[in-house]
Amino acid sequence: MTVISAQNLSLTFKTNDGPVHALKDVNLDVGKGEFVSFIGPSGCGKTTFLRVIADLEQPTGGTITVNGMTPHEARMNRAYGYVFQAASLLPWRTIEKNIELPLEIMGFAKSEREKRVKNTLELVDLAGFGKKYPWQLSGGMQQRASIARALAFDADLLLMDEPFGALDEIVRDHLNEQLLKLWKRTNKTICFVTHSIPEAVYLSTKIVVMSPRPGRVTDIIESTLPDERPLDIRETPEFLKIAHRVREGLRAGHSYDD
Amino acid sequence: MKKKGKTIPVLTMIALIVAIWYIGAIWLNAPAEYDRALRSNTSLSFSELVSNTMAQERPVLPAPHQVAVEIWDTTVNKKITSKRSLVYHAWITLSATLLGFIIGTVLGILLAVGITHNRAMDRSVMPWIIASQTIPILAIAPMIIVVLSAVGLTGLLPKALISTYLSFFPVVVGMVKGLRSPDNQQLDLMRTYSASSSDTFWKLRWPSSMPYLFTSLKVAVAISLVGAIVGELPTGAVAGLGARLLAGSYYGQTIQIWSALFAAAFLAAILVMIVGIAHAQVLKRMGQKPEEYA
Repeated sequence: MTVISAQNLSLTFKTNDGPVHALKDVNLDVGKGEFVSFIGPSGCGKTTFLRVIADLEQPTGGTITVNGMTPHEARMNRAYGYVFQAASLLPWRTIEKNIELPLEIMGFAKSEREKRVKNTLELVDLAGFGKKYPWQLSGGMQQRASIARALAFDADLLLMDEPFGALDEIVRDHLNEQLLKLWKRTNKTICFVTHSIPEAVYLSTKIVVMSPRPGRVTDIIESTLPDERPLDIRETPEFLKIAHRVREGLRAGHSYDD
Repeated sequence: MKKKGKTIPVLTMIALIVAIWYIGAIWLNAPAEYDRALRSNTSLSFSELVSNTMAQERPVLPAPHQVAVEIWDTTVNKKITSKRSLVYHAWITLSATLLGFIIGTVLGILLAVGITHNRAMDRSVMPWIIASQTIPILAIAPMIIVVLSAVGLTGLLPKALISTYLSFFPVVVGMVKGLRSPDNQQLDLMRTYSASSSDTFWKLRWPSSMPYLFTSLKVAVAISLVGAIVGELPTGAVAGLGARLLAGSYYGQTIQIWSALFAAAFLAAILVMIVGIAHAQVLKRMGQKPEEYA
């Protein structure tokens, strides 16, 4: 079943320096339960594409459906959870209360809210930290809390915009591992934007390589890695082969004319 | 949290100010004493001069202890219902201040909500609000009193409205900034939940604006007091600290003026302090880092 389907999707920003083609003729299908990474240099439109799915940007051409609906309808149906680059937890709410925020807005009953907060806290390994305020947690823990917040209302689709971009390598490895486990357990569809080739290859069932000016898809790689992925899978020839192909794709898309 | 060794510098400063004040009192009141000595053809020793300058009935600048005695006399030694009690007058002014401050705060917040949620209001109202503050309050206060008494409103409310006129301004400016302080990512987050604008307001904009609100309230409460005092001047100086100031200047009662001034300053300090405590309490309950509200 297709969750996201984009045909000839384009998005042009009008700026004072003329139009910027953030996305041009993007064609992509994302199936249910897939883990899709979007990788490419800055300005390739990977974040823009995620924001179009989330109905935070309006495409200027082509069509896109999310769960068979327009992105707007999907957003109104609360079809996805979105994890931003920064955790952006509300500083005046405890971790518990932050995770409860979407549940309050969506009108869940009090007992149901408590149950879900407890479950999602356990899911991201933060049980026992619910009463803390965001500033009392490390960056990695804050980001986990923000993932918990996106999971709390149990949308089938998770959109993640460089969620681990600001974290150090060790924390990032750990969170990647946890994210894979979480994805397997919850069977969600995940769209994941990243700068990092190892991260993309390690996590994904499908890697979308993009390039800038205009933002477009240059390669779509179906991962041949097994479902079971310990961290040291990153040293296997299989892994390096895929990473190599991603690197090639990035190089081909890059116009080094200056 | 009290910082160590804060008391000694503060006391030193106060002692210095009092010393300068005494020197000023002697210097400014000396000409009158010389005149008197000249008229009665007596000579004046320096110690006589000093003690005389501090005991005049209508000095140009009363000595600190004269003001202190006057304040003590008119607070502790008078019944608070007496028209000669400074507490009575302070209460009259305080009641107008508080009423005006409350109306001004509510009005300021409502205007700020309107401005942040309505483009037309944003463009049309803000210039008027700024223009309103360019008119000297001394010019507009008598007119407000006169107009309101013509429609039958006298007493507390007209004075309170002058306080309102001054105090709503910092609240509007602070709250517009505060309600707009959530960043794009936080607003996007609310959009991804397809939150209603009332949810976005109560769960994001309003809590974000709290530090801005309290900073504005500190300014607003102090100028509310100024507004109430100014509001008492054109009413014919019946009661209140403003009345004490005016009556004092009619009859050259400088000691009375200074004690009313000190009462006003003391009142303002207390009011600002109360708002400060409320600020700290609210931020504490909102789970801020300790050093951010200390």
